[in-house]
Amino acid sequence: MSERLRVVEAVRETLRSELDRSDDVVVYGEDVGRAGGVFRATQGLQDQFPDRVYDAPVGEAGIIGMGIGLAATGMRPVPEIQFQSFLYQGFHQLAQNVSRMRSRSRGTITCPMTIRMPYGGGIHALELHSESFEAGFSHIPGLKVVIPSSPAETAGLLRSSIRSPDPVVFMEPTRLYRSFREEVPDDHEIPLGEGRVVDDGEDLTVVAWGSMLQKTIEAVDDFEASIEVVDPRTLYPLDTETITDSVRKTGRCVIVHEAPKTAGMAGEITSRINEEAFYSLEAPVERVTGYDVPMPMFAREDDYVPDVDRIAAGIRRTLDAD
Amino acid sequence: MPREEIAQFSIDSVEVLAADGSVDESLVPDLSDEQLLELYEHMKRSRRLDERSIALQRRGEIGTYAPAIGQEAAQVGSAFALADDDWIVPSFRESPAFLTRGTPPAKILQYAMGMEEGAEIPGGEGALPPAIPVGSQPLHAVGIGWGNAMQADPGVALTYFGDGATSEGDVYEAFNFAGVFDSQTVFFCQNNQYAISTRRAEQTNAETLAQKAIAAGIEGIQVDGNDILGVYRVASEAIEKARNGTPVLIEALTYRRSMHTTSDDPTAYREAAEETEWEARDPIVRFQLYLEQRGILNEETKSEIEDRIESEIADAITEAKAAREDVDPAEMFEHVYEELPPELESQMAAFRGETDE
Repeated sequence: MSERLRVVEAVRETLRSELDRSDDVVVYGEDVGRAGGVFRATQGLQDQFPDRVYDAPVGEAGIIGMGIGLAATGMRPVPEIQFQSFLYQGFHQLAQNVSRMRSRSRGTITCPMTIRMPYGGGIHALELHSESFEAGFSHIPGLKVVIPSSPAETAGLLRSSIRSPDPVVFMEPTRLYRSFREEVPDDHEIPLGEGRVVDDGEDLTVVAWGSMLQKTIEAVDDFEASIEVVDPRTLYPLDTETITDSVRKTGRCVIVHEAPKTAGMAGEITSRINEEAFYSLEAPVERVTGYDVPMPMFAREDDYVPDVDRIAAGIRRTLDAD
Repeated sequence: MPREEIAQFSIDSVEVLAADGSVDESLVPDLSDEQLLELYEHMKRSRRLDERSIALQRRGEIGTYAPAIGQEAAQVGSAFALADDDWIVPSFRESPAFLTRGTPPAKILQYAMGMEEGAEIPGGEGALPPAIPVGSQPLHAVGIGWGNAMQADPGVALTYFGDGATSEGDVYEAFNFAGVFDSQTVFFCQNNQYAISTRRAEQTNAETLAQKAIAAGIEGIQVDGNDILGVYRVASEAIEKARNGTPVLIEALTYRRSMHTTSDDPTAYREAAEETEWEARDPIVRFQLYLEQRGILNEETKSEIEDRIESEIADAITEAKAAREDVDPAEMFEHVYEELPPELESQMAAFRGETDE
């Protein structure tokens, strides 16, 4: 069985099926209960599971910190942070405790919590509603960082995240919530830490995730060259092999992300290519990214976020480089 | 519409055993002679472990250590009031509470030797590891108390923190979340008068710390934290309330008689006269007087207890030192994730390769 769903519906249906599957799953966050979340990702869940879907007081440290205790009692907390940038008000709980609980107790206390949050631009919201901090989260040992790029990917990755014994930062691309529908198989699971080759190609590899993947697919359409598109899906642990296998074959690589350029994930991926596939490279690895500026408010948002033209220009430069 | 008073609040304070050893008989908790002696022994063991640990640190045998000297009644009395299935969620000065809950002294020493092994929580022990970031842990207790409530588990989470922590936003969030979710939580604030060098009066303009419960709509009460009978009584009542879904904040008035940690020198920020004043209110001296007056403790039982503690701690030191010798550095790669991710696997292989060379 499968259903044609949008990303936001894939989130909701996956939460519903995981709540149904296990009494340990508890969903809570600001406005997730009665209102069903500001994006309606949890709509209807409280009616169906009144004892395990809750509105939380406004307090991101509280939402994340409390999850640590819930997990210690054997629950599987799946809190929602309303927007990724709001997580900064609970960031200390993530960095000091969520990520370290397993190691500081030598595996005797674990924290199987999935923290969901919308991230990235695309909806022209207020200031601090559109950031992309995946590199920052990936820099914290003990966390897994997962970003889906389509409805089916959302369902498969969210299910695996909730079932994961490790804490997961699950970043949902706001821009994709309602952008398109896709067949989503029931009980779909995608292992964390495995990237996928979205399109096969021989001449160049593009690595992109989240909403940048959809723009990349659009951008490569115009090229006659054979372009391979890789979606890492999990940024930590990163599937280095799928990326470097591809680059070994194509010899050219462009990495696309919405986050600022400096110390972004593209730098890390480039380093891994250098370590594993340097001698296959026929051109420098190109980064098409946001700029090192605070995410602008929406009058300039589209100028900041890489678009199809910028991605295409990066691909062209890398194809043309000798 | 006229202006009128619409709400009134008050905070009670409890003292059962005064500094001179006298008691308010109407408030003495129902404890057997054996239990009273147990409380005494836990306090003595904590004090002695702290003294030995400071000496070990001075000799370079352990790292930075945060002694709880002066706070034994607050911790032992509250931890003793918990049932086996309850939890403690400590800060970093909670050796007395850990010892009372049965944690071997060797574990506490291992932690002070920089080994994660010292923070292992064997299954069913009902504790989280020491929390270094001030005020981060009460929220974890709220989650435990809420998770237990959801699973119809009567277990309560009692969390320790200090006067300084009450200035942290997370602590307020914890009070507030606990109230909203009827979490089975007891907040045990040891007001030991100092956050490193910052005095209680400089920490907040609030008259009591217990009243910080009021804004969150949970119960707050103050107790003489150097009075083990009072602490036990107040904690027992709070634990029963929490078990039924009413979170309680206890402010235990005590004094950190020693340094913040072994890296600290309190003479830089407080007068000797103040320390002498609090020495007279020491929790162990006071309880000892009481036990002697009641004929429960004499010179003979006292030296039996002291001898037992002395040899236990000597054994613990030997055990911890031996464990330190056995540390496998490559174990830092374990317990980061349930399964080692490929990137970490290759880093570990490289580490082993380099260290084997």
